[in-house]
Amino acid sequence: MTILIDNKAKVKESLQPKGLLRYFSFSLDHKVIGIQYLVCGFLFYLVGGTLASAIRIELISPLSDFLPRDVYNQVLTLHGTIMIFLWIVPVVNGAFGNYLIPFYVGARDMAFPRLNAVAFWLIPPSGLMLIASYFIEGAAQSGWTAYPPLSITTPQSGQIIWILSVLLLGGSSIFGGINFIVTILKLRRPGLKLMNLPMYCWAMLGTSILVVLSTPVLAGTLILLSFDIVAHTGFFNPALGGNVVVYQHLFWFYSHPAVYIMVLPAFGLVSEILPIHCRKPLFGYTTMVFSIMGIVVLGLVVWAHHMFTSGTPPWMRLFFTIATAFIAVPTGIKFFNWVATMWGGKISLNSAMLFSCGFIINFVFGGITGVALAQVPFDIHVHDTYFVVAHFHYIVYGGSVFVIFSSIYHWYPKVVGKLLNENLGYLHFALTFIGFNLCFAPQHWLGLNGMPRRVAEYDPQFQFVNQISSVGALFMAISTIPFLVNIFVSFKKGKIAGNNPWNALTPEWLTSSPPPVENWEGEAPLVREPYGYGKDYLS
Amino acid sequence: MLNKSYYLILIISIIIGISFWIGFNVNLLPEEASINAPIYDELFKLLFIIGLILFIGMTALVIYSLFKFRKKEGEFGDGIALEGNLSLEIIWTVIPSIIVLFVGIYSYNIYDRMGGMNELNHHHENMNTNSEKIWAGISQTNNSNSVLDETAIEVSAMQFAFLFNYPQGEFISGELHVPVDQKISIKMESKDVIHAFWIPEFRIKQDIIPGQPTILNFTPTKIGKYPIICAELCGPYHGGMRASIIVEDKSDYEKWFNQNNKTNL
Repeated sequence: MTILIDNKAKVKESLQPKGLLRYFSFSLDHKVIGIQYLVCGFLFYLVGGTLASAIRIELISPLSDFLPRDVYNQVLTLHGTIMIFLWIVPVVNGAFGNYLIPFYVGARDMAFPRLNAVAFWLIPPSGLMLIASYFIEGAAQSGWTAYPPLSITTPQSGQIIWILSVLLLGGSSIFGGINFIVTILKLRRPGLKLMNLPMYCWAMLGTSILVVLSTPVLAGTLILLSFDIVAHTGFFNPALGGNVVVYQHLFWFYSHPAVYIMVLPAFGLVSEILPIHCRKPLFGYTTMVFSIMGIVVLGLVVWAHHMFTSGTPPWMRLFFTIATAFIAVPTGIKFFNWVATMWGGKISLNSAMLFSCGFIINFVFGGITGVALAQVPFDIHVHDTYFVVAHFHYIVYGGSVFVIFSSIYHWYPKVVGKLLNENLGYLHFALTFIGFNLCFAPQHWLGLNGMPRRVAEYDPQFQFVNQISSVGALFMAISTIPFLVNIFVSFKKGKIAGNNPWNALTPEWLTSSPPPVENWEGEAPLVREPYGYGKDYLS
Repeated sequence: MLNKSYYLILIISIIIGISFWIGFNVNLLPEEASINAPIYDELFKLLFIIGLILFIGMTALVIYSLFKFRKKEGEFGDGIALEGNLSLEIIWTVIPSIIVLFVGIYSYNIYDRMGGMNELNHHHENMNTNSEKIWAGISQTNNSNSVLDETAIEVSAMQFAFLFNYPQGEFISGELHVPVDQKISIKMESKDVIHAFWIPEFRIKQDIIPGQPTILNFTPTKIGKYPIICAELCGPYHGGMRASIIVEDKSDYEKWFNQNNKTNL
């Protein structure tokens, strides 16, 4: 084992440019790759956010008067695709996974560093390709779900480029997933047992299992769809005897687990952040592990709840209702455990902690509307309306994106070696939390009262509530300013963080900030109790 | 100790009280205009109240913890080294399971009352002679005494309009006219892409799928004009794909029907 590490170290050093240039190179260092994922993801987030602003501007008035109608559909398709495949999935998995997992397992890098670099470098070209498709013949305009026959009948070049780019991003995701599974299971430092690992490792293990099991199904489906588009085959095209509902089953077999691919790592990150800032052990470690695995198993058998109004027979509607609602149980366990972690702690209410608490509140709300949506009779009324739009933004923005911000405030001192400004952090949190709730809470009402999703025009009676929602979106857009200022100013002028500003026990804090190429100067520390706060021998 | 549990019970009762009050007094839904609507609203009220209790409870817990357990200025050291509690874990596994199971059974009952669990194809054979397979929808066959009572209408959807074919009168209309308090049975087919047929005031929705006929049965209970909305992205003019359903009393409906009826000519 030691020989292997030494060889790798030499390869690494010979290949690596120094300084900021590293981040533009085919670096094999997991820390560099993690930051590449994060920055690249954030740039795409800005693009996706601009598209979201365009949608909210269009919806200020009931008429379709800001964007041409087909462009509006392209904008909503790109918004969804970019936010899911280029921002949340790569960041909660690729960015934090790459940066943290080798530390947590006590390794000097991921199991397959080259595969890791390939996985990252697939992302920028496929993202740029996706955006470039707009300038050719218009981007895809059938929504991020690309349901046939609409995806077959809309302009082909945009749809084909969309398929290619999602295939590449899916490939990147699978490479990453394999790498995480092998690293967590096989690269652990001697003496470190699975049940000693920080919770984020378990979350990433569960997520990677979902990635590896479900993403190939999406890839296969999209390849068949591309045959239908370019070669006029009849897999899904009803004009040629195909079945459009089969596409929906295959698509959601990946795309429902995709929700867990976006939130499970976020659950893991919160489990790292809360104990440190509450100065208490993570409550119920074992039940947390089992609930992650429970979510993984249940997450694979609930996909048809996206199709309650499609061609699903009654018995199927019933089965998927019950399976879906039961996901609330393991998810609920995690939330109760987090609150129990806070209970009786000594809480520092800093920006990282605020965003984590914001996440808990938002996600509980999104989870409750999720259980409601799982009920077939409830869903039949609100399916494909703004109620659903509101629900999933509470899950992926109120959930995952809040955790991403929380994690940036938490780990920035480790990566850069300097602390972020807390006051700017509070401002960022206040703007984001208020803006987010102002934007999405009213949309529940819109959906219940008759506004379908993906429309550029709506009934005049919905104008006022839509305007409130757009004001919320404006707050969210403004909130990125203090955040970016903070990131850049602290990079130059931030207070020196020291190795362990939070007095944390997890292994990434037991080395210098920023860490050396080999993660630790000497041997990797053996951390058997990553959450041992409040125990005598540590204080 | 007694004091503490008093407070706990008091706070839980207040949260439950507030949730019930909001649940019964805040209406988030449009008017009820079909037999399905009040059944739906009953389920909505239950989910709304349970949801409020959980949401207010969790939010209160988080905010309380943030104030109560906040580290004081200049304070060092850790909280208590509490790593878990098996009985608590069992409580918050079992109670949510019971709630979820209860909600599931309750909503199954609601769905059954809406006619969702009835067989689809049995009904359709009576309605149409050249029987083809119905793939999905909501059927209410069991609730009806006679098949002849109902009004059968065929809906075809295309980019970006709905057309309503009245086979008994051999005419096609751009508006859906139906008699009040009578069971309506619609069979839907799409000419191009997937559309959806949604009437918010009726609380019903069904996708209209090319190559797979679907059905929807409903009974309007209130005279008036309601929107029919396409709820599945179907192309650039998706947002404008609308029609109206006009619910009128039997004589008005018959008058309208006879004006358009082509079999009489």
